[in-house]
Amino acid sequence: MSEAVVRFRAVDKVFGSGADATKALDRIDLEIPKRAFVSLIGPSGCGKSTLLRLIGDLTRPSAGTIEVNGKSAHRARLDRDYGMVFQSPVLFDWRTVMRNVELPLEMSAIPKRARATRAQEMLALVELTGFERRYPWQLSGGMQQRVAIARALSFEPAILLMDEPFGALDEITRERLNLELLRIWQQTGTTIVFVTHSIPEAVFLSTHVAVMSARPGRILDVIAVDLPQPRNDLTREDERYFGFITRVRERLRGGDAARPRAVEVAAS
Amino acid sequence: MFRGARSVVTFVVVVIALAAGWELVKLLGGDGFPGWTPPFQWQIASDLNMPHVWDIAAAFVEPAQRNGPPLGFVLANAAVFTFREAFGGFVFGAGLGLALAIVFVHSPLLERALVPYVVASQTVPIIAIAPMVVIWLQAGWLSVAVISAYLTFFPVTIAGVRGLRSPDPRAMELMRSYAAPTRDVLLKVRLPAAAPYLFAAFKIAATASVVGAIIGELPSGIREGLGGAILNFNQFYVSGPPKLWAAIIVAALVGISFFAAVRVAEVVMLRGRVAVAES
Repeated sequence: MSEAVVRFRAVDKVFGSGADATKALDRIDLEIPKRAFVSLIGPSGCGKSTLLRLIGDLTRPSAGTIEVNGKSAHRARLDRDYGMVFQSPVLFDWRTVMRNVELPLEMSAIPKRARATRAQEMLALVELTGFERRYPWQLSGGMQQRVAIARALSFEPAILLMDEPFGALDEITRERLNLELLRIWQQTGTTIVFVTHSIPEAVFLSTHVAVMSARPGRILDVIAVDLPQPRNDLTREDERYFGFITRVRERLRGGDAARPRAVEVAAS
Repeated sequence: MFRGARSVVTFVVVVIALAAGWELVKLLGGDGFPGWTPPFQWQIASDLNMPHVWDIAAAFVEPAQRNGPPLGFVLANAAVFTFREAFGGFVFGAGLGLALAIVFVHSPLLERALVPYVVASQTVPIIAIAPMVVIWLQAGWLSVAVISAYLTFFPVTIAGVRGLRSPDPRAMELMRSYAAPTRDVLLKVRLPAAAPYLFAAFKIAATASVVGAIIGELPSGIREGLGGAILNFNQFYVSGPPKLWAAIIVAALVGISFFAAVRVAEVVMLRGRVAVAES
């Protein structure tokens, strides 16, 4: 972990104030190495989305410092170091697929011709060549999410932040997109921070799985998943793959057992 | 094209049905004709109150005044005149309405401060405002357009605020993650998202602008428009009821045409979008 892209030092995040204040994140220390694929996993309300939003400077920490590429998260956002992908594709229905991918490029001084070329490359990367002129609502959910990924990668961000990007998709589409995402990650060399509810998905994709607990949100453990790269369908049948799934699950359960049962019911 | 033809047919059928219903009422309770005494006597159905459809139609080709051009010609000119005022009112009103909406969306303080007055402005009857506008701006095309704008800006402001705030919060976060300047957020996200809302308001504004223009002509003393024609034929109603009805029909046609023009613009501008594709 020589070169950390993201570095959290004693980060707290408190929502509300006074008696209504809830601590979403409690003393988070985290380092994400360059080219890593880090999954954040934990029960609802563990603050994993908040952690992602802190990296992306969509919200500010209440205490502690966050460094991204050696600068503040705010500076990194202004430098366009982030690509964001949400659970829903958030495509603009008045723009064609092509123009959706071009959108972030329009914000920088890239000439029109270069924008189009770049967008075409990105669509090829997510295997959507031939769909440039379509409108988002003419595509399936999985294809829409691929457009969102192409858009997030179009300006070559240093970090790709993904908030449950495949959570709304069916299992078959999800597994196919997992493979595609790994291929894209290999090809682009982007650092990826990935929020998910699915243990198998986290293990399959990640180089590191950060296991979190809720109320207050803490990182219980960061498990390095040293399954061989590149991963493929055979990985899912690997004995060690199941071993990692068990480890993550036990770590999650260990975190939960420390808290009263009533809280857990309220959290789910 | 097929859908367009179908709506024209529907329109014609409805016009024929209205005319038939009108004549049926006169047949049952009107003044009757030689050889037919209606079973009822309804005052409203008399030839004075409800002239025959064919009499109204005939009024269009008869001269409006002795030795003058046919009424249809006079009304067509008046319609063009009034439409020009209404269009001016529509442009002023829509522009002002949209500008207010953009200001309100970006400044909650100004929104809180000004919205009560925007709402209050609509509770003051236009009849009370119109003479003052004429005094300020002097009688003429401009004052009528301003009076018309008074009626048209309000729906655009209300729908505009709603529409400019309609984007998915995550779409706004996405723009934030691109470090997009406010101008880009407005032009690339807020305004396109508001377009369907704005067109709904533009349709209301289009018809309201015609009403505003007609009413605006009255205190201005403008005689060349439909407002002047309606006032004139109203004063001399007894001597020629069909003329007033003809003027009303022309006024309605102006409103319908304006509405249809906005609708065409909507279909062109929003083509490819889900809402339009389905409607």
